[in-house]
Amino acid sequence: MPLLKVTIDNVEVEVEAGTTIMNAARQVGGHIVPPAMCYYSKLEGSGGKCRTCLVRVAQGSAKDPRPMPKLVASCRTLVQDGMVVENTTSPEAMDSRQAITEFLLINHPLDCPVCDQAGECHLQDLSYVHGLEETRTVEERRVFKPIDIGDKIKLHMNRCILCYRCVMVADQITDKRVHGVLGRGDHSEISTHIQNAVDNDFSGNMIDVCPVGALTDNTFRFKSRVWFTKPFDAHRNCTKCSGKVVLWMKGEELLRVTGRKDKYGELEEFICNDCRFDHKSAAEWTIEGPRAIERHSVISQNHYGKQ
Amino acid sequence: MEKLTNRSVVASDKKMTFMERIYVPAILKGMSITITHFFKKKTTINYPEEKREFSKVYRGQHVLKRDDEGRERCTACGLCAVACPAEAITMVAAERKPGEEHLYREEKYAAIYEINMLRCIYCGDCEDACPKEAIFLTDRIVASELC
Repeated sequence: MPLLKVTIDNVEVEVEAGTTIMNAARQVGGHIVPPAMCYYSKLEGSGGKCRTCLVRVAQGSAKDPRPMPKLVASCRTLVQDGMVVENTTSPEAMDSRQAITEFLLINHPLDCPVCDQAGECHLQDLSYVHGLEETRTVEERRVFKPIDIGDKIKLHMNRCILCYRCVMVADQITDKRVHGVLGRGDHSEISTHIQNAVDNDFSGNMIDVCPVGALTDNTFRFKSRVWFTKPFDAHRNCTKCSGKVVLWMKGEELLRVTGRKDKYGELEEFICNDCRFDHKSAAEWTIEGPRAIERHSVISQNHYGKQ
Repeated sequence: MEKLTNRSVVASDKKMTFMERIYVPAILKGMSITITHFFKKKTTINYPEEKREFSKVYRGQHVLKRDDEGRERCTACGLCAVACPAEAITMVAAERKPGEEHLYREEKYAAIYEINMLRCIYCGDCEDACPKEAIFLTDRIVASELC
């Protein structure tokens, strides 16, 4: 099949038919990749919900060069031959991203000082780039009490942006989904309806998949800030999963185990709950070495490695 | 070589003159300098009784403030510790239990908040970093047993 030629922010790239604009941009990499809050390449059917990845299509295709009338979600729109996409070069798309960020934050409690996700939160990164300095709304925000939706998973519904990633993880990774979105529209909320119902072996992955701090690890709750811990790649022989994880250490103490995330914050491999929650001593793991963290990330603050 | 200052004097071991040998003029000259200092304005104060006026931006003893209702403001977010250039601040966070709402403003609080006063350089970066307006460097003088 012939490759399709797409131009994204003046960068030309050739991709296979059936690729989305988002994935075409990811093949180029760098700052032209639109941010994604709900799209997750490992989860089928994800994307199209958060609208942060809206881009302008200045030319639909070589055959029909008219621009698309509205901004399109790059995670859901397939490329066509000769398509010209504007992401950061389009003021319209950047304006809309700012508005979307404001909308995502409309019910957000802005409790980053309390939240365990702070430092590795996608919503935090997004609002750092596209957010307004001040809140313009005066209305009351939705308030929920934090609940334990699983034995070791804490749900802060206040922080949720309804990206449906955790629902898809439960559908596609675990054999039975016991949580989901209740209510409609403004009343939608993630819940299990019965507390402590999520107990599948792979349910812990919804913590890693959550782009915000809505689902957090109860065993790591308030133990330390992310940037005071040091990540190490490690593995162990696990019968259920690949056993390849990241250990978050503070001195000799192992505080948290997560899966390995790539530069788009997506898990490379899903890990089981045994690895995540039950092996909290460094002696049980084979440590491969410190994990490379982007220099500008807050996680690499105050870590003095050997040069 | 070019001289660096005009204050340098070339040392020599030439024989002293009679006036230099009797020393009295030199002693008198020194005494006069000493005595004029008796009548000059003193640069020191009697500290506990008298106190100097401090600059408005003086940075002294740290405090963690409470809010109007007496609840702890600090949520142990760790921004002060990450901002600290001397890495003097450490903390241990704890979760607020039901019934403690009158003690802590947010659901997390600092159970232990330590500043290593030997390391602290009083730069005030922690105060700037604090999102909850909890830590302040007051105009209080740091007690000598603390640092």
